[in-house]
Amino acid sequence: MENLGTIGYSEEQVELMEVATNFCRDKSPMDKVRALLDDDAGFDSAIWQEIADLGWLAIAIPEEYEGVGLSLSEVVPIAEQMGKNLMTTPFADVTLAAQAILMAGSAAQKAQYLPQIAAGTLASLALSEANGDWDLSNISAAANAKPNGSGDDYILSGEKLLVPYAAQADIIIVSILVDGAVRLAIIPRGDIVADDAMRREQIIDETRRTYAVTLDGISIGGDQLLDADKTQAALDHVHLAANLLQSAEMSGGTIAVIDYTLDYLKTRKQFGKVIGEYQALKHPITNAYVDYEKARSHLYSAAHCFNDQGRGEVATRMAKATIDKAYSFAADRAIQFHGGFGFTHDCDAQLYRRAAIWHASQHGDATYHRAKLADLLF
Amino acid sequence: MATDGAKKPSEAELKDYEAQADAWFRENTPKDPGFMLPLTFMEVSTDQQFEFLCDWQRKVYEAGYLGTSWPAEYGGGGMHPDYQRISTRMMKKYDGPIILNAIGIGWAGPLLLDIGSEEDKHKYIKGMLNADDIWCQGFSEPEHGSDLGSAQLKAVRDGDEYVLSGSKIWTSLGDRAKYMILLARTSNDGPSKYAGLSFFLIPMKIPGIETRRIKKLTGEYGFVQSFFTDARVPAEGLVGKEGDGWMVAMKTLEYERGAKVNPAGGYYLKELDAMGVVDLARNSQRGGKPLLDDPVMRDKMVEQMMEIQALNLNNQRRRMAPLNQDKPMGLAMMNKLARTEMIRDLTEFSLGFQGTRAGYYVGDENAVDDGYWHRSYLNSFSATIGGGTSEIQRNIVAEHVLGLPKGR
Ligand SMILES: Cc1cc2nc3c(=O)[nH]c(=O)nc-3n(C[C@H](O)[C@H](O)[C@H](O)COP(=O)(O)OP(=O)(O)OC[C@H]3O[C@@H](n4cnc5c(N)ncnc54)[C@H](O)[C@@H]3O)c2cc1C
Repeated sequence: MENLGTIGYSEEQVELMEVATNFCRDKSPMDKVRALLDDDAGFDSAIWQEIADLGWLAIAIPEEYEGVGLSLSEVVPIAEQMGKNLMTTPFADVTLAAQAILMAGSAAQKAQYLPQIAAGTLASLALSEANGDWDLSNISAAANAKPNGSGDDYILSGEKLLVPYAAQADIIIVSILVDGAVRLAIIPRGDIVADDAMRREQIIDETRRTYAVTLDGISIGGDQLLDADKTQAALDHVHLAANLLQSAEMSGGTIAVIDYTLDYLKTRKQFGKVIGEYQALKHPITNAYVDYEKARSHLYSAAHCFNDQGRGEVATRMAKATIDKAYSFAADRAIQFHGGFGFTHDCDAQLYRRAAIWHASQHGDATYHRAKLADLLF
Repeated sequence: MATDGAKKPSEAELKDYEAQADAWFRENTPKDPGFMLPLTFMEVSTDQQFEFLCDWQRKVYEAGYLGTSWPAEYGGGGMHPDYQRISTRMMKKYDGPIILNAIGIGWAGPLLLDIGSEEDKHKYIKGMLNADDIWCQGFSEPEHGSDLGSAQLKAVRDGDEYVLSGSKIWTSLGDRAKYMILLARTSNDGPSKYAGLSFFLIPMKIPGIETRRIKKLTGEYGFVQSFFTDARVPAEGLVGKEGDGWMVAMKTLEYERGAKVNPAGGYYLKELDAMGVVDLARNSQRGGKPLLDDPVMRDKMVEQMMEIQALNLNNQRRRMAPLNQDKPMGLAMMNKLARTEMIRDLTEFSLGFQGTRAGYYVGDENAVDDGYWHRSYLNSFSATIGGGTSEIQRNIVAEHVLGLPKGR
């Protein structure tokens, strides 16, 4: 099967992996993660600034737009370390927003926004709606030409859901229907003015923030729309890129929850033995670890092949499908293997379990990707 | 060591060699012999299979593609290991039959090259490479398999001989082998059960050793139980000192991973043609429609593809240190478990495609692919049980990679 990928890595990936390993460990200890659960913004703006200063938001932005000129492959090790330390910031969301503009923006839009994003402007994507469909073209929010305008100006209607960090964003890229076709439009956060236009949502992953955003009444000019001809390709790209970065975060989360559980299995005693001696615990945690390593191989294959026509899609979907199962299993067993403590909010197992559910819920879970893979492979 | 003298070949030399090896294997790799060839050395059952594989090994050796980098004075090719890597790759490329004498060149040979006497190297190495001397491994006993450290077959020193009594079992090629690597008990009063074990190289065709063939679940023969009744073997066969047996046995595991001694080349286990499952499914029918139109089967098939691909990628990633920083030994230690379980699962899955024809077995003209999948499934247990069961492999990964305590 020629569309199966291979694995490899770049020197830059390895360097970034090292830097990110230290940075995320130092900046996101568990007490910090827990303190941020109750924080309104959900992330530390000082750390966000450091991330921008490190140039991490610019990695996959070409040099001509003041980016670093690498690719999403180099973003993967960073996202992985963030997932490992439950360091949740708008990092992935901003990276994806930049990809959308890069893929479908006009020359002017790219020149205006990409350097800003590279420097730390917070951009977010508003793609989901109430139907819960992972198919990004199944939307009903719309832009209608203003009745007696020049034809260039539109008025928006509809509601976007699960918009990451909308309240903190500087710009939001929304998907809307224009004359029945899916389009993307860049909206400055400042244009969303209605009192009740933004509602913070209750989501399973308490380390994150998302918002429901009402578009009703917002006006946009034609120059805010991204290129019609490139929109579908941009959405496909964003879908795969999102899954790539999620897979990376999930990979990090999986080994973290395994290590967390191992610590308990090595110290907790019952019936006079350390519970890690019991094979009823020992073998499932080993299976979780084996599944993790297999999924991580898929992840680094996806990172390596991401830009290869065909192979990139197969590898990315395989990564998400395998890591979804691995993360869910590892975190599920983590709760069980901590006994009564596992049922508490204080036990970190739930943080990982919730993160895994969140990631499965966005851009497709294992079953969804396997169905897509079947069509790609057979 | 094997290649101290051999100098690193140039790119051009390697290219020439590759072209030559490529041509040789293209020409000499046997086509379908008209009977089913074993996928692993543990599956050899008929005389026909045995002789065919001996001939093949001899031929590869004589052409210089086996033991290529082992020292010339003992029968090897004396060349740089890079050459061996190329010829093994070519053997794989043309899907050559397995190399039969696994215990000889994979276990006993490296042991001899590493710590054997000059005399023993001269005595044994060439015969194992050219398949004149087949070797077997006498570790497991009827009462002690996974718990190998408790092995009880007794070896008592008597002058310049040891007297052996007891029994070994599940010994692959045990009835055909000329020599055995043997784990035996020389003492019961060491500080631990391991301390009383010793490691021997012994001849099999001597008075006092009898073998009885055991019929396998496939209906074939292939391994034996051997009975030792005061069998006398030369004391020179002791490897290391009395009581070193466990340590020596552990060493042989390192050789298996290619550490310390250059591999003699070839392969003893053939990779299943996993992608063949897709063709099988394409050619199968349900309700008059291709099986691969069925969404449930498609989903299961994707799961299998992801498993196969994961293991291929693991094998590539194993050699990439930067992608293994967290648990550096993890991929190497889990490989046997993951691979053998994957094959068991895949071959079992393959039976589900075949409809009524899943009821046939090897030997019937209507069996799908001549019963290849059935036989592969039944034989897959040889690898999930032999060489340390999957359960024991999980213990090993848990204890050596994840740092969990040993069970008591
Ligand atoms: C095809 C084949 C070829 C073989 N060839 C050879 C050979 O050439 N030479 C040789 O010496 N041996 C050979 N063996 C033997 C093989 O190494 C043993 O069968 C194996 O180590 C298991 O030992 P056992 O059969 O005594 O099973 P047992 O050890 O009795 O195991 C029975 C079951 O208990 C489980 N179990 C045992 N201990 C534990 C534990 N601590 N934790 C959890 N589960 C446990 C096992 O996993 C297994 O499922 C071969 C076996 C096969 C199947």
